[in-house]
Amino acid sequence: MNIDSIRNGIVIDHIQAKKGLEIFDALKLGELDCSVAIITNARSQKMGRKDIIKIDKNIDLDLDILGYLDPNITINIIKDDKRVKKFHVELPKEIVNIIKCKNPRCITSVEQELKHVFVLTDKEKKIYRCKYCETIKED
Amino acid sequence: MKNLIDIKDLSIKEIDELIEVAKDIMQEPEKYSEKCKHKKLATLFFEPSTRTRLSFEAAMMELGGNVLGFSEASSSSTAKGESVSDTIKVVGGYSDIIAMRHPKEGAPLVASFRSDVPIINAGDGGHNHPTQTLTDLLTISCEKGRLDNLTIGLCGDLKFGRTVHSLITAMSRYKNIKFVLISPDELKIPEYVKEEILDKNKIEYIETNDLEEHMDKLDILYMTRVQKERFFNEEDYLRLKDYYILNKNKLKNAKEDLVIMHPLPRVNEISTEVDDDKRACYFKQAKYGKYIRMALILKLLEIK
Repeated sequence: MNIDSIRNGIVIDHIQAKKGLEIFDALKLGELDCSVAIITNARSQKMGRKDIIKIDKNIDLDLDILGYLDPNITINIIKDDKRVKKFHVELPKEIVNIIKCKNPRCITSVEQELKHVFVLTDKEKKIYRCKYCETIKED
Repeated sequence: MKNLIDIKDLSIKEIDELIEVAKDIMQEPEKYSEKCKHKKLATLFFEPSTRTRLSFEAAMMELGGNVLGFSEASSSSTAKGESVSDTIKVVGGYSDIIAMRHPKEGAPLVASFRSDVPIINAGDGGHNHPTQTLTDLLTISCEKGRLDNLTIGLCGDLKFGRTVHSLITAMSRYKNIKFVLISPDELKIPEYVKEEILDKNKIEYIETNDLEEHMDKLDILYMTRVQKERFFNEEDYLRLKDYYILNKNKLKNAKEDLVIMHPLPRVNEISTEVDDDKRACYFKQAKYGKYIRMALILKLLEIK
């Protein structure tokens, strides 16, 4: 299956298979006024199967969301048919308003205007804790 | 240091300094009797905790300062729906330092973001209670003369007991500390405390449900209450509440210089017959709490 290559835009590659749609939703790519393609279950030498997202426009990506959802992805920036930049994302040290604290005793459960902030406390085990009550994020 | 929200906010050096000041206050209280003249401490207790509040208020009064505040949320503007941030902004205009207790975890941290005056966390739900930990450290330092080379028995509710978790965190930073963790299976220390504190710091520990098994090795025995409010099921609470009752007989193999501690209030976990034993330090511990809070107030207000 072929999807047209893009002239100017972004290719999010090496997404864990079947996670493309979640990233599409989290980045709100459906709200863009340009073409966006999600390729799911593409063959990959490195990963076996993978998802790819192609965005036909250069936009500001929220790298924290990407890093949190899948720290193994690769971002390719395309300009005039050429890849001008390739980089990997990292687990963000802090994530803001991406997930909500579920601890009913947390101050965020009663003070609605507070941002939901989770802090990376163990990089190896990918453990995030609520900044306020230190509850571990549940999967 | 502007606030004290979590015991981890303090370095060992800062803890040592606070302990030194507290000991100096105990020796020469008159030297400190006017240090906080014209200063005001606001005690904002969104949930009742009489002994902690009185300890803070007594501490400020002995420093020559004044106190104002409330002792439950129903008598504060929170009952009208005001946010923590707004309450703190207003009270900061009336006081020089705030001690705050709140049922919601993380509330004092939120307060510290908005406050122009120092915030002391006087307990936030089942989360942190750093001045209790400072009290425990001062007690150990005064009674044992050191904070290192100790075998510490922690007994009771090790699952929900925040004082226990904070004490483990604080003591794990000192050299050659060993723990004996005594609890029923249902109230064992959580895995994350073992992994993130004990294992990470290579601290030796033993888990047991027998209070007497390792009694002869202990330098400190820290008893805790099984808290009713932590149980969803009355039956479980009734079954576990009297699991451990320390009495004279159980102390028969204990060291002569054992220090018995308890954050109080106790229910049945220490028999009153132990109160007269010279090793019982829990009432002294409550008194030490006032002195360490005096030292903390001075430090946060930057008064020498």
